[in-house]
Amino acid sequence: MTDENVDSGRRRLLTIATTGVGLAGAAGMAVPFAGSLLPSEKAKAAGAPVEVDISKLEPGQQLTVEWRGKPVWIIRRTQEALDLLGGMADRLVDPDSEGDQQPGYAQNPYRSIRDDILVLVGICTHLGCSPKYHPEIGGVSFDDDWKGGFLCACHGSKFDLAGRVFVGVPAPTNLEVPRHRYLNDSRILIGEDEEAA
Amino acid sequence: MKALIEWVDARFPLVNVAREHLTEYYAPKNFNFWYFFGSLALLVLVLQIVTGILLAMNYKPDADLAFASVEYIMRDVWGGWFVRYMHSTGASLFFVVIYLHMFRGLLYGSYRSPRELIWIIGMVIYLAMMATAFFGYLLPWGQMSYWGAQVIVNLFETLPVIGGPLSEWIRGDYVISDITLNRFYAFHYLVPFILAGLVFAHIVALHKVGSNNPDGIEIKKGPKGNRWSETAPKDGIPFHPYYSVKDLLGTVVFMAVFLGIVFFIPEMFGYFIEQPNYEPANPLKTPEHIAPVWYFTPYYAILRAIPSFAGTQVWGVLAMFVSIVLFFLLPWLDRSPVKSIRYKGPTTRLALALFVVTFLVLGWLGTQAPTTNLTIMSQFFTLVYMLFFLLFPCFSSAGQPLPLLAKGLLALSILTVVATIVYWWALWSGGPAAVYKIGYTVLSVLVLFLLGIRPLLRAEPVKPVPERLTK
Repeated sequence: MTDENVDSGRRRLLTIATTGVGLAGAAGMAVPFAGSLLPSEKAKAAGAPVEVDISKLEPGQQLTVEWRGKPVWIIRRTQEALDLLGGMADRLVDPDSEGDQQPGYAQNPYRSIRDDILVLVGICTHLGCSPKYHPEIGGVSFDDDWKGGFLCACHGSKFDLAGRVFVGVPAPTNLEVPRHRYLNDSRILIGEDEEAA
Repeated sequence: MKALIEWVDARFPLVNVAREHLTEYYAPKNFNFWYFFGSLALLVLVLQIVTGILLAMNYKPDADLAFASVEYIMRDVWGGWFVRYMHSTGASLFFVVIYLHMFRGLLYGSYRSPRELIWIIGMVIYLAMMATAFFGYLLPWGQMSYWGAQVIVNLFETLPVIGGPLSEWIRGDYVISDITLNRFYAFHYLVPFILAGLVFAHIVALHKVGSNNPDGIEIKKGPKGNRWSETAPKDGIPFHPYYSVKDLLGTVVFMAVFLGIVFFIPEMFGYFIEQPNYEPANPLKTPEHIAPVWYFTPYYAILRAIPSFAGTQVWGVLAMFVSIVLFFLLPWLDRSPVKSIRYKGPTTRLALALFVVTFLVLGWLGTQAPTTNLTIMSQFFTLVYMLFFLLFPCFSSAGQPLPLLAKGLLALSILTVVATIVYWWALWSGGPAAVYKIGYTVLSVLVLFLLGIRPLLRAEPVKPVPERLTK
């Protein structure tokens, strides 16, 4: 065969077509490969609601339970703490809880269904550390005018006793209030509410 | 023996490869102390792979068994403690050696043309090391393993839109779990072999263009002819036996230090193995104070320094990635007519010294619990870190006209300094004492002036470079 007989256009087309089919095949194969790293059915199923008894929770106390592998806090706030929440607005990013970090029934000044009982996912909205409960009031090592709340030791994010984030800290949004409902006065079901039930 | 070599050589270029890379690879004759760290890095990589494979034979990548299997290695496996401490100490020393190796590159301009690709491959190796170290740190399944991984994986969650699904894909779960541990183990085993491949490419690229040296003089462009070859560079000596023997000396000293640490201070006061990692992972409780291992802390300090705004904390993550990416750009940021620090002007020396101090201070800051004053300090040093790179074209220009891009970087620097100062004064709520604000404001302007403005007003002198190697 001599060069004059070569149909180079046809050759290029065939080369491109072959490469294209090869790439499509590789891409097709990559889908199940990459997909196998997604959360498995078992991991998805692990999210069942958790029932918690709060009858023994004293004012000011914190209870931590595990839901979907995350800590969920239940805190019975004192009246003093609740009274201080109203005066926090100027230090907060989102004092009125306008961000989508709570179900509708917790979008109120206390971010809770019952005024005193606060239910929060105990995971910092910055990078997922679990902040520490600091109920003390007054000057503390990390804040000169502390009214009680949560401090994330990892990156210094601060939240008030309604889980609302402070201005000038790394965390961008308020702590998440999980869906929950009261089965009776002393029992909470976390992970399910009236709308879903 | 000769017949055997001939038989192999007819089928595989054995003698050729040995000549090209060892006995007839001519390296500049003036290598100094800083040139130990390339070969030491290779040594540590080999040690890590060997000890790692031995550990893998007794370790169990299962959330219920992992912590106990590490303790089993430490207590019940013959020599297990030694292999494990070799591996944990090796991880830290790998970074020590690599940081010194990178500093050598900064000193002598080893990243400059025609060695840009060597530098870039090297930076990819550095990233692969970080990935390996990160995957490996989860495996003991201690408190610090767990929460460290939680924080790093969540970095990806801050990306807009794709963040959530991406971090779930990485974890294979909604939180760090057994599934995550299992796959991190697989990656931790895999990445070092990719790293070894990259090291191969690093050396192939190096031997293509030839080694740089403390004078930054291209020996290939100099006169030819030495004791061994008429065509080889006059200032070159064969790698073997000259530098192989030199590196052997380095190996002996290094191993003495290495084993001294393994035998006497394997935890290095909580810097190589952090204390909370002696407690099994507990997903409900973050340790009082968490910090990454020391080699990540400069970037961690940068991450923490940037506050969230516009409803997202992606900025800190971006700043952290940018701080690593900037290293890649160094070959194009350095516009100096000379390569080595020996012939560069005083401002470049000052800038490099400032950068080393900044990197160390950021590293220290990353280990500390954040307080108001330390946060503003991290912000200042993050600023200096960025300015070092952004202003590199200015202080290295030695009077040459600045290209448009460099002018853009200068403008960006001025903007960044102004924005930072405005933030300190106006937006910092519950802010630090005014004396801190004044101090850092003055220092920031001073750095901007010294590294960016002054070199443009008064051209930075460079010393004449001799044609042949000096010492």
